[in-house]
Amino acid sequence: MSVIIKTEEEIAIMRQAGRITAEVLRILASSVRPGMETRELDTIAERECRKRGAVPSFKGYHGFPASVCVSLNDEIVHGIPGKRIMKEGDIIKIDFGVVYNGLQGDAALTVGVGKVSPAAQRLIEATRGALWAGIGAARVGNRLGDLSAAIQDNAEARGFAVVREYTGHAIGREMHEDPLVPNFGTPSTGPALKKGMTLALEPMLNVGDWRTRRLDDEWTVVTADGSLSAHFEHTIAITDGEAEVLTR
Amino acid sequence: MPKKETIEVEGTVVEALPNAMFRVELANGHKVLAHISGKIRMNYIRVLPGDKVLIELSPYDLSRGRITYRFK
Repeated sequence: MSVIIKTEEEIAIMRQAGRITAEVLRILASSVRPGMETRELDTIAERECRKRGAVPSFKGYHGFPASVCVSLNDEIVHGIPGKRIMKEGDIIKIDFGVVYNGLQGDAALTVGVGKVSPAAQRLIEATRGALWAGIGAARVGNRLGDLSAAIQDNAEARGFAVVREYTGHAIGREMHEDPLVPNFGTPSTGPALKKGMTLALEPMLNVGDWRTRRLDDEWTVVTADGSLSAHFEHTIAITDGEAEVLTR
Repeated sequence: MPKKETIEVEGTVVEALPNAMFRVELANGHKVLAHISGKIRMNYIRVLPGDKVLIELSPYDLSRGRITYRFK
């Protein structure tokens, strides 16, 4: 395992990759409407990404067939966009990434389709909160375990479980670099955070148990107990001070 | 896109069980129950006792795995 420290130049490109990722993701989130097929998001993602001179990074990644992951309700991540219709009250997770000039951006968010239940809204807010707790702990002087623990403590304090079998990751020239960034952990353990590390933090929170199951399509990951799940992700860079969120 | 937290290990199939399940012995002598990945199933790759295979284990249940590759 080797941690890759990025140069200022690389981070500058990742900032652009991140901005494109964030822009496309915002367009996708605001396009979500009841009655829409999930594959329509894939079409939009592909078009908006290429318009900005970037290449979608998920398509073909270990054989993933689309540019964006669209996961509904109890699906946690890696949902394949298709003919499924989004209904009022569904919660939808959109995960998207790009390659721009050889460097990667990766981000995800959860939105409600129309009006969602207060319980679903609480889950969504808690997941966003857990991500930001992790970003807050992402500073020089801390170790990876501090960051992981910050996410876990924040999530569990609000009564939700964090998925353990899937994790965030370092990111750069490859989408998945070392180290893994788990959403659970023990403070003061793991590698020290250093300036120039770029990480994708991505808490996945379940209403019920943290265990997962994979569907027969080999991709879609669902909660083992069928409970609702939410997911937020940002790509960040460790700096001398506060972490910089590249996918803003 | 999150990364799956798995451990990949090599093993040898020792017994074929019903439902496309196999008992696989790892190099360290542990025996695990493994099912076949969809990709192997889709491509009609036959797995027989004696075959060397790659299996994916979840760190949370080391007694079960998933066969992802059969060595030639």
